[in-house]
Amino acid sequence: MSKQINVALIGNPNTGKTSVFNALTGLNQKVGNYPGITVEKKEGVCKLPRGVKAHIIDLPGTYSLNASSLDENVVIELLLNKKDKDFPDIAVVVSDVENLKRNLLLFTQIKDLEIPTLLVINMADRMSYKGISLDIDYLEEHLQTKIALISTRKGQGIDNLKNLIANYKDLSITPCLNASEIDRDYFDSLRKAFPNQLLYKLWLVITQDVNFGKTDRNEIDAVANFKTKSKGDLKRLQQKETIKRYQFINNVLKKGQTIDISQAKDLRTKFDRILTHKVWGYVIFFFILLTIFQAIYDWSSVPMDFIDSIFASLSEWVKNMLPDGAFTNLLAEGIIPGLGGIVIFIPQIAFLFLFIAVLEESGYMSRVVFLMDRVMRRFGLSGKSVVPLISGTACAIPAIMATRNIESWKERLITILVTPFTTCSARLPVYLIIIALVIPEGRILGLSYQALTLMLLYLIGFVTAVFSAYILNKILKIRSKTFFVVEMPNYKLPMFKNVALTVIEKTKSFVFGAGKIILAISIVLWFLASYGPGDAFNNAENIVKSEYASQHLTKEDLQQKIASHKLEHSFIGITGRAIEPVIRPLGYDWKIGIAIVSSFAAREVFVGTLATIYSVGSDEEETIKNRMASEVNPILGGPLFTFASGISLLLFYAFAMQCMSTLAIVKKETNSWKWPVLQLVIMTTFAYIVALIAFQFLK
Amino acid sequence: MQDTLAHLKRGEKGIITDVSSIHIPLKLLEMGCLPGNSVQLVQLAPFQDPMYLNINGTHLAIRKETASHILIEKIGHE
Repeated sequence: MSKQINVALIGNPNTGKTSVFNALTGLNQKVGNYPGITVEKKEGVCKLPRGVKAHIIDLPGTYSLNASSLDENVVIELLLNKKDKDFPDIAVVVSDVENLKRNLLLFTQIKDLEIPTLLVINMADRMSYKGISLDIDYLEEHLQTKIALISTRKGQGIDNLKNLIANYKDLSITPCLNASEIDRDYFDSLRKAFPNQLLYKLWLVITQDVNFGKTDRNEIDAVANFKTKSKGDLKRLQQKETIKRYQFINNVLKKGQTIDISQAKDLRTKFDRILTHKVWGYVIFFFILLTIFQAIYDWSSVPMDFIDSIFASLSEWVKNMLPDGAFTNLLAEGIIPGLGGIVIFIPQIAFLFLFIAVLEESGYMSRVVFLMDRVMRRFGLSGKSVVPLISGTACAIPAIMATRNIESWKERLITILVTPFTTCSARLPVYLIIIALVIPEGRILGLSYQALTLMLLYLIGFVTAVFSAYILNKILKIRSKTFFVVEMPNYKLPMFKNVALTVIEKTKSFVFGAGKIILAISIVLWFLASYGPGDAFNNAENIVKSEYASQHLTKEDLQQKIASHKLEHSFIGITGRAIEPVIRPLGYDWKIGIAIVSSFAAREVFVGTLATIYSVGSDEEETIKNRMASEVNPILGGPLFTFASGISLLLFYAFAMQCMSTLAIVKKETNSWKWPVLQLVIMTTFAYIVALIAFQFLK
Repeated sequence: MQDTLAHLKRGEKGIITDVSSIHIPLKLLEMGCLPGNSVQLVQLAPFQDPMYLNINGTHLAIRKETASHILIEKIGHE
């Protein structure tokens, strides 16, 4: 424990910083949140030479220490706060060999904070390919640092990097340049007013737009003899600072780096010519989306059926093996079917995150942003809204967090508000099971009706999102700066390790996050379904027996009648029938009603709830789907899940705002209850009306 | 009239001369959009907007509106 050091990984986006993190920590990493905010905090542990242990934090990517978003702010807040328990003993700045000049801007800023700083130059394997050569000794001398030349793709240089980190005490803490030269008088007065503070740190605190919480901002305003500057003046000084830093960097690189352009091979231009083409660009994008949906539907159906049947037999096995009693019933009828309802999505979620990770890693996502910006702007969105709208097909929560890099507040707010319309993976199990029940099998043009229905539902979600954005854009009276800067990174072959770790991490957090809610709800539901008040429930056996005394029912049929009588008079049955009048016009019975109510916690609870309700009292080993198919409509007779009620249910789930976690994240990101409440009310009312119309027309 | 970045045609190059307008975000400067640096229009999105640029080796896309505040001197085709 004594020798653990804090290492902060810092760097521009697209430099392979996360690859370095993965190479250092492997599976010894965890993802959490910074306290109070929803920025992802990635940390891990790495063993260094000579028994030194390193605690490594992968900080959000940033181009400079002038934060323009919550994510970037995390970086500065950590670097400025020496009391933070994560305050780095060493800052490792990750850069990539092709964009060294731009990456060094951040490096020189961090050097000014007098933290031991190490420069990592990643993607060294591409140097000869790009005709770049570096004079490492020269660079080390003039940048006053040590340089680790590595390639995470080839796994080269990692041991050397670990060695350099372990010897962090040898690193220089002298700044590369004197930033205060941009305005000597101003910086002199700053120094006089705060003699005990690091000058560059003061400058950063003064210039940040973002609120720094406890960091010394108040102190600065409080000192009387210090003349503050206007915002415009400060911005001009920041521009001057940036220019000065680039002058320094250009001078260093003039000698330290040579680029032979004739040696450079350029794949970018070739790919860009097709992928951002005004026709082919869109066609390719469409086909990529098509492939994703096909994969989610077709490729994951086999493992899903497998999981479904495993949980059904597990329930059965528990019932047979454990002694009869309330606990066995709770396990077999409450917990196991409830858990089955979540584990079953793992294949699909994994596929979704896999595709999204590949699109991001390869650099293709930026091209989509570029292609879509003009189109999206017509609807009050930004090209960058495409990323949340696509990742919203996995889960609205990370999607809403992904809106942070949208610069304009209005465009960002609209994106946050409409993202929950996109078909998230929690809707999938509901869609899949209902589609399987009510849409006939069969194919048209090689595509199955069922897959087409699913695609149509995705399309409806997307169109609704865009259309409501259009309306919001007209209604919302918000003026905000609209600017838009997006880096177009080089195309890269996604690294297996990075993609695999992302998929594992995201799937895990989804399953455990949703799993907890589902588990709790299914236990509660089981209790409500297994117990009831009064004679009608407790005396069910006698009531049913005397009712059917004249008919000669088999023992099994009688058991069935008793079970359903009990369910109807249990706590859940009573509640369900109380809300039935509201949902009957949509074609649902009280059991579906209960499932809808409980799925306001999270949509995927729907299937788990029905599974729990149906399995209470039934002895046979049955899959969820078969149980649902055999449900009978209490009023009309015939199957409960018909084409009309099925479509109505699908549409209800397409539009309704049923996810507490999303509402919580919207509250956090917009910093007000107004927006999540509006979302909940408007989306759910709309869902009800559409489902009502659909059922009444199709009935 | 002074040329701005928004006047570049596909493949054309220029040298940035002035970025002092308050409509230019600092982030853009940090990415290398500074006086004296070369800039080339790599590609235009459909509807001529946004613009895909190569500024001194950094590839990025910005909207035409922002581009119209960045003054340049054209140096013609490559």
